Amino acid sequence: MRPIYLDYNATTPLHPAAVEAMTQVLKECYGNPSSAHWAGAAARDVLARARAQVARLIGAEPETVVFTSSATESNNIVLRSAARAAPQPAGRIVTCATEHPSVLETLEDLDVEADILPVDGDGRLAPATLAEAVGPETLLVSVMWANNETGVVQPIAELASVAAYRGVPFHTDAVQALGKLPLELAGLPVDFASFSAHKLGGPKGIGALYVRDGTPLSPLLSGGGQERRLRPGTENVPGIAGFGAACAAAERELPGRGERLGGLANQLWAGIREKIPGVRLNGSLEHRLPHTLNLSFDALDGETLVMALDAEGVAVASGAACHSGSTEPSHVLAAMGVPAELGAGAIRLSLGAQTCAEEIGHALEVLPRVVARVRAAGAA
Amino acid sequence: MNERWLVAMSGGVDSSVAAALLARSGAEVLGVTMDLGEGSSKDHAVPGSKKCCGLPDAEDAAAVARRMGFRHYVANYRRAFDQAVVQPFVEAYAAGETPIPCSACNRVLKFDHLLRRARALGARGVATGHYARIVRDAEGRLGLYRARDRLKDQTYFIFDIPARNLEELSFPLGDLHKEQVREVARELELPTADKPESQGICFVPDGDVRSALERLRPGLRASAGEIVDPLGRVLGRHSGTAGYTVGQRKGLGLSGGPWYVREIQTERNRLVVSRDSAALRLRRLRVRETSWLVGGLPEDEVRVQVRHRQAPVRARLRPGAHPGEIEVELAEPVWAPSPGQAAVVYDAADERVLGGGWIAGAR
Repeated sequence: MRPIYLDYNATTPLHPAAVEAMTQVLKECYGNPSSAHWAGAAARDVLARARAQVARLIGAEPETVVFTSSATESNNIVLRSAARAAPQPAGRIVTCATEHPSVLETLEDLDVEADILPVDGDGRLAPATLAEAVGPETLLVSVMWANNETGVVQPIAELASVAAYRGVPFHTDAVQALGKLPLELAGLPVDFASFSAHKLGGPKGIGALYVRDGTPLSPLLSGGGQERRLRPGTENVPGIAGFGAACAAAERELPGRGERLGGLANQLWAGIREKIPGVRLNGSLEHRLPHTLNLSFDALDGETLVMALDAEGVAVASGAACHSGSTEPSHVLAAMGVPAELGAGAIRLSLGAQTCAEEIGHALEVLPRVVARVRAAGAA
Repeated sequence: MNERWLVAMSGGVDSSVAAALLARSGAEVLGVTMDLGEGSSKDHAVPGSKKCCGLPDAEDAAAVARRMGFRHYVANYRRAFDQAVVQPFVEAYAAGETPIPCSACNRVLKFDHLLRRARALGARGVATGHYARIVRDAEGRLGLYRARDRLKDQTYFIFDIPARNLEELSFPLGDLHKEQVREVARELELPTADKPESQGICFVPDGDVRSALERLRPGLRASAGEIVDPLGRVLGRHSGTAGYTVGQRKGLGLSGGPWYVREIQTERNRLVVSRDSAALRLRRLRVRETSWLVGGLPEDEVRVQVRHRQAPVRARLRPGAHPGEIEVELAEPVWAPSPGQAAVVYDAADERVLGGGWIAGAR
């Protein structure tokens, strides 16, 4: 039996184009981009090319792209910079309850107050709710584009406009949106956006931060002039090359892929509904990344279901991947008002570039059998 | 397809070897480390930590799994552990008893929750690193027997497994001595081979029950009271009866001793102590909540053990006044049988576990 990977929101296999680009750099391009000589110039070329590839996919100019180690770092840079800029004594950062831990836990760590806004039952933050929360003390608004656990897509254009109208900088964690939705950042009042390479076929350990031209931002690190002084430290040249190649590939493949994966996910969801009683989809059906299904099963424990599916070779997530070492009920589902028992029985299925119809068929054969077995065992 | 077994892995050498032996025998092993939460000891080292994928003992178990090439998971049993083990532990002490939380953990967490998890995973059952044996008797019934290594035998802590569950349990260490287990671990180069033995109750650091109670239920021990002798003469004060144990000598703060705790009178909030140690040697026990691995109440002479690592004593059993209760008449007195401890019944040969229950009183 061939193992089936349905956890693309956690991470993705490397795109062959990324492997190729990285291998070439690893083998041949060892220069330090800060060096004046030919070796440095070759490395600078790699950075420039990759920066242009990332910029194209996000619909912005290359100068707006800063490479970081991860989206977590990108989020930290923006939030901590905003907090540092706070006039004493006041200052608040507005965000919403379904954000990634790299936003919520960073805010806990900061001295400024955080306004954590509620979402509706669909997982969406209403622009009117944001408008009420933004005030003269607001330093920054940070709302993720698409949720990693549910795939729910926020009305980013409207939310960003609300912030812009009040003259407040707007940040979005756009990790899950990159390569799945057309972003066109240049046309939006978004000031900062965080990205990660490994969610779209790039390597792990490389991320990016979009910084709208002219928006003030102070770095986390000091000690070098790299990345316009916003991210000192010698650049991860192979990682950046892989990120760029993955973005270029995504741009080529994006139009057809969304439709194909949406079709497969719908087929999966329809099959599950037909074969398994007591299941519901969490989050908006309409405003959703089409390839993500967050499902709650009555009368079963999600952690057990993930293990039982893994034992059959099917990889899915319970809650968010980072929590898998010590599962706690998902804060995202709780914020959407999903009852605790249903939240405990939730799993996430996420499809990606390599997912094929045959795998969906096999998953539809395994899932009902395993769900029935887990339910019969009354496992907790 | 090979038989699939779920193995409870604490991260210690015993459960590591149990899992490794099963894996080596060709079984498909799924190792599971139970995350028992704030209550369990390892968490105290990192107060306030959010812990993402970072239980040190789980890391050890995972290293064993990598070494042996099987899968390993961490399963969250925090709430179940609190409900089934920690809170009853506190309640028992509040009621003047001396509970055995490890028994509750075995019964509820390992032989119920984990067993259901095993069924859910399509596994044959649960294997653990307990020192005990499951053997089929002449009539073809499965029985629970003492481990070959009598010094490590743990049947005292698992006597109340429901008989029907024996079919789905496996104790791969039952025929081994501890030294052999260490040897196997070294032979297989398990990373836990030389890990020191864990001692005592996992959520009671350094065996300090009274500070653990203070942490688990602040205020439980708040009401100070009198320490009296058997005639009611006040000898001193205690700082709350919870945490004292019948037979206890140390930590009473009385002069003219040695004094022993003879009775814990929670309703009068006082401790009765005695210098007469013979008065703490008792022959008649009232035992409640009995369960039997063999049909029902044994009629022949049996052996009864009332404390871990205490020699079992010849005894006769009679039905008690209430359902599930029995009266135990021991052939010779035992030292300080404590309410809340287990009275485990073995056959006359002291090999097979017949069942047992919980000491409710002694005289």
